[in-house]
Amino acid sequence: MVFALKNGVCGYAPNKPILKDINFDVSSGEVLCILGANGAGKSTLFKSMLGLIPILNGVLTVDNESIAGWSRAEIARTIGYIPQANNPPFSYSVLDVILMGRTAYLGLFASPKKEDEEIAEDAIRQLNISRLVDKRYQELSGGEKQLVLIARALAQLPKILIMDEPTAALDFGNQQMVLNQIHKLSQNGLSIIMASHFPDHAFLYSHKALLLKDGGIYSVGRPNDVITEESLRDLYAVETKIINTGIQPRYAATDASDIKICVPLS
Amino acid sequence: MNQNATRLGKKKLLRVKMSVIIAVFIVLFFGSFNFGRYDGISLWNVVLIFVNKVFPVHGDWPKSFETVVLYIRFPRIIAAVLIGGALALAGTSYQAVFKNPLVSPDILGASAGASFGAALAIFNSFGAVWVQISAFIMSLIAVGCSCFVGGRIKRDPSLALILSGIFVSSLASALVSLMKFLADPLDKLPTITFWLLGTLSNITLTDITWALIPMAVGAVPLILLRWRLNVLSMGDDEAKALGIETKRLRFVVILCSTILTAASISIGGLIGWVGLVIPHLARTIVGSNNKILIPAAIIIGGSFLLLVDNFARSLSSVEIPLGVLTAIVGAPFFITLMLRGKEAS
Repeated sequence: MVFALKNGVCGYAPNKPILKDINFDVSSGEVLCILGANGAGKSTLFKSMLGLIPILNGVLTVDNESIAGWSRAEIARTIGYIPQANNPPFSYSVLDVILMGRTAYLGLFASPKKEDEEIAEDAIRQLNISRLVDKRYQELSGGEKQLVLIARALAQLPKILIMDEPTAALDFGNQQMVLNQIHKLSQNGLSIIMASHFPDHAFLYSHKALLLKDGGIYSVGRPNDVITEESLRDLYAVETKIINTGIQPRYAATDASDIKICVPLS
Repeated sequence: MNQNATRLGKKKLLRVKMSVIIAVFIVLFFGSFNFGRYDGISLWNVVLIFVNKVFPVHGDWPKSFETVVLYIRFPRIIAAVLIGGALALAGTSYQAVFKNPLVSPDILGASAGASFGAALAIFNSFGAVWVQISAFIMSLIAVGCSCFVGGRIKRDPSLALILSGIFVSSLASALVSLMKFLADPLDKLPTITFWLLGTLSNITLTDITWALIPMAVGAVPLILLRWRLNVLSMGDDEAKALGIETKRLRFVVILCSTILTAASISIGGLIGWVGLVIPHLARTIVGSNNKILIPAAIIIGGSFLLLVDNFARSLSSVEIPLGVLTAIVGAPFFITLMLRGKEAS
């Protein structure tokens, strides 16, 4: 499976595009990390990929088939979206929230059946969160909520997962927990597109990095090639020293000899 | 395994709770025939009178019992159940659409519009039926205006709707005040005022039959779509990404809830608080999942209004307006619920 955007133009109004000439593709099992300063257009790009705002020009394809004519349910059966964890106004149980992932498979007047509960159980088992199932979603910590939202997206049985800064607002431990799960999911064959504020995460977990700047792509490619001291200076206006740690990567994602980290100097 | 057991236990508990809710409703329903100024009709007599309608049984109740039970109390009890259930259903649905548990069914101007419609009809000396029709239509028009204006405000769609609802409501209220100011103070002003207070005392079986049509039109889709309301309440972007055509669903839910509210108000007058309090009460008993919450809210709403109406007609020698009593009961009750702030798990 290949998910791709060709010659994408994204924005809220046709006469004021925010992003132009966006080209990238992600294959099964790949993690694409999108980096860019606040306001660089990451959220706009995400909304366009999910069909939340119409794409102004260009074409989004899954296996070379344009998804422009797809219904929301069809999109939801292929692309799972994991928003930043927020508090819903009503206190649903964790299972209720995960079962919402089945919406795209249910008839208009239907509610989740036994089969749907079994699919939800699979997602729960995959993420190892059965301890949370009987709790109220609102009572969970930020990291736990993020895992529940990932489980909900998995219940959609998607081929692609899109995550909007999955580690924002999480503590150090929860960040690693969520990122490890993301890595596992990619190994199971899912394509993952995530936005991040941390170049280090791209080094650790992603196969590709896409850097956004000034309404377009600054560069795209393997993290070791595109995340450099120069590109970080251009993107974030921060002087950075990138250091090879000498630690062997646990994951072959980056095909680097050792893990790199960024140390901001300015 | 242990977790499966607790989940099964929870499902069983929910079933028990629903049974209790239904049982309380049935007891209240038949018990309500005993309330009112005409005393001494036993429950057994009530049952016999109803059975007698279907296949004649031998009984020795006075003829007047039959009149009171069938033509005075029955319409009123049915009206209370229907209006209470309809307002609770509309309130629960509105709260899901607006992602806000503090929303009531009149947030988009349904009540204010209906008041204006009724005041206008009374002012022009139309008959009782036209007052109801005018209230119903104006209520729909008011909500239509809110939606039209709200769709043009470039903001979060539910916030935009609430803003335009406030605007339409206050406009309609101002027009009601104008009608009251211009109305004949001896004849029409009191009629308008009493209509606005809300009462079920003049309701007839014909009113109910006519109101049943819009109520069914509003209620059936909401009941069928109820699980989707969970998804819609997570917010627009999430609901869309989960596969829901949010714009269409929101339109259907608002339209159906508005029809329910308009139909209720047009026959019962302004009856506040039911649509706000009952969803909360139901949530504390059965939880937030609309799949179970909606049926529970409908039945509890019916029971609640039935109970309040019983008090309205028996507390004092003069009938207390129902809308006044729902507010007197509803406001402190709501505050208590808020202060306790617990939801069923």
